[in-house]
Amino acid sequence: MSAVKGILKGLGTTWRLLWERKHTVPYPDRRRVRSPRFRGRHELRRYANGMEMCVGCELCQVACPANAITVYAAENDPARPHSPGERYAFRYEIDLLRCIYCGLCEEACPTDALHLTQQFELAAFSRDALVYGRDLLVSPEASPFAIPDGVYPPFHGVTRRGEGEPAGVEGERERA
Amino acid sequence: MTALSPLLWVAGVAIKSLILVLLLLGGFAYLLLFERKILGYFQFRVGPNRVGPWGLLQPVADGVKALFKEDIVPAQADRTVYLAAPVISLFMALAAYAVIPVGPPLEVAGYTIPLSIADPGAGVLVVLAFSSLAVYGVALGGWASQSKYALLGGLRSSAQLISYEIAMALNILSVLVLAGSVRLADIVEAQRSLPYAIVQPLGFVLYLVCAAAESARAPFDLPEAETELVAGYHTEYSGLRMAMFFISEYIHLITQSSLITLFYLGGWLGPGFLHPVAWFVLKVAAVLFFFIWVRATLPRLRYDQLMALGWKVLLPLAVVNLVAYASWAALAG
Ligand code: SF4
Ligand code: SF4
Repeated sequence: MSAVKGILKGLGTTWRLLWERKHTVPYPDRRRVRSPRFRGRHELRRYANGMEMCVGCELCQVACPANAITVYAAENDPARPHSPGERYAFRYEIDLLRCIYCGLCEEACPTDALHLTQQFELAAFSRDALVYGRDLLVSPEASPFAIPDGVYPPFHGVTRRGEGEPAGVEGERERA
Repeated sequence: MTALSPLLWVAGVAIKSLILVLLLLGGFAYLLLFERKILGYFQFRVGPNRVGPWGLLQPVADGVKALFKEDIVPAQADRTVYLAAPVISLFMALAAYAVIPVGPPLEVAGYTIPLSIADPGAGVLVVLAFSSLAVYGVALGGWASQSKYALLGGLRSSAQLISYEIAMALNILSVLVLAGSVRLADIVEAQRSLPYAIVQPLGFVLYLVCAAAESARAPFDLPEAETELVAGYHTEYSGLRMAMFFISEYIHLITQSSLITLFYLGGWLGPGFLHPVAWFVLKVAAVLFFFIWVRATLPRLRYDQLMALGWKVLLPLAVVNLVAYASWAALAG
C-alpha cells in the first residue's frame, strides 16, 4: 500500500511540474549574458597604438598546468617592432583541446597580454584546427590600454600593422 | 444491409490495410514527437522545437535520418534470421491492430463497412496471439546477432514479455465474463451504461500495469536497460532495422492503449457531439499521455522486482478479480 501511495505522490509531483514555467534558453536564438569572470578562449591583446602586449616571456607556458601553451620568442627588429619590449612571441600556440580554462596563464602574464574571452563556441572538424596560432590568438583590434611608462626600453617604435611582417612571421606562415 | 461481392471485399480490405499501415506509422511518428514534447514539459524543458513550428516536422527529419544511417550486418550473424527479425517484429505489431475496431461500422451507400480490417468473432484472441508472436522478433533478433549482449538482452526481453501474459489474460477474461462475448465490438457495446473502468477498477489498474510491461514501457523498459545492458536485444542493429524494432515497440503501445480504451473506457462511446472515431482517438491519446506521464515519474524497476511484481502481486490479484466477477456473473445469471 505504501508503494501505491508513493507512486501516486510521484505522479502528483510530475503533474505539478508539467504546468510550471520552462527553463529552456533557446540557444543560439537567445543567449544569456555570461559572468564577467567567464573563461573562454584566449586572446592576445594589443595596446591602444596597435603594438602587441605580449613580450614573449614564456611565463604563461611555464604556468600552464596542462602544457597547452607553446611560446617561441624572437627579438624585435628595432626599426619595425611588434611589441614595445625587446622580444615578442614569434610563434605562439595554444592547444585548446588540452586547455582546462583554469586561467593560470592569464594570472601569470606580466604584461596583461593574455586574456580569456567570453567566446566558447570552439567546435572544429579536426584536432589540428583546435591548436590556435598567432593568426587566431593575436587580437586584430587595439585595446584601450596605453603602453605603460618606465617599463619598457625606450625604443618604442611606430606601429607596424599592415606594412608587411618581419621574417619570423613568414617562417610561421610556411610551417602552417 | 447488402452483402459485398468478393472482389469489392478484397479491394476494401486492401485499401483499409494501406490506410491502417500509413495511419499507424504516422501515429508512431507523432506519438514519438508527442512523447518527447510531453517529457520535455515534465522536465522543465520545451522539447524538440528546431524543425518546423513547435517542432512539428521533427518526425520527418528523424525519418530521413534513420533512412540514411549506416546499416551494419555483423560478419558472424545469421544473415537470414538477422534480417528477418525486425520485419517479424514490425509485422506482428501492425497485424495485431488489424482486428481493432476504431469505431462502429460505417453505413456508406447501403453497404456496412466495419472500421477494422477484419472483425473476427474471436477478436480479442487474435490481438493476443499477434502480440505474443512479437516475442519471436525479439528473441530471434537477439540470437541471430551472435553477440553475448544481444543474446542476453533477447532472453531477458522474452522472459519479461511472457511473465505478464498470464496476469494480462486473466484480466481480459474478467472483461469477457462481464461482456459475455469475445468480439471487441460487443465488449464496447456492453459498456453503454457504465465503462468497465468503473465496474472493475482493480482490473483496470492491473491491466494498465500489464500493458506497460507488455509494451516494455517505463518503469518496465528493461529490454534496453542502458545501465545494465548495452541496449538489449537490438544492440547489433543500426539504421532502419533498429528503427523497425523501435517502431514496433511504439505500435505495441498504441495497440495496448487502444485495447485499454476498448476494454475499460467504453471504446468509441461518448456524448453525441463528437464522432465516435474522434472519441476513440481522444481516449487512446489520453491513455498514451498517461503512459508518458508514468515514464516521466517512475524509475525503472530491477529485473527481479519486475518478476516478483508479475507473479506475486499481479497474478494473484488478477485471479481474485476474475473469481469475483465470474461468481457475480454466475449468481446474477
Ligand atoms: S587556461 Fe590554464 S590550461 Fe588553459 S592555457 Fe591557460 S594555464 Fe593552460
Ligand atoms: S602572453 Fe604574457 S606570459 Fe605569455 S609570453 Fe606573452 S607576455 Fe609572457
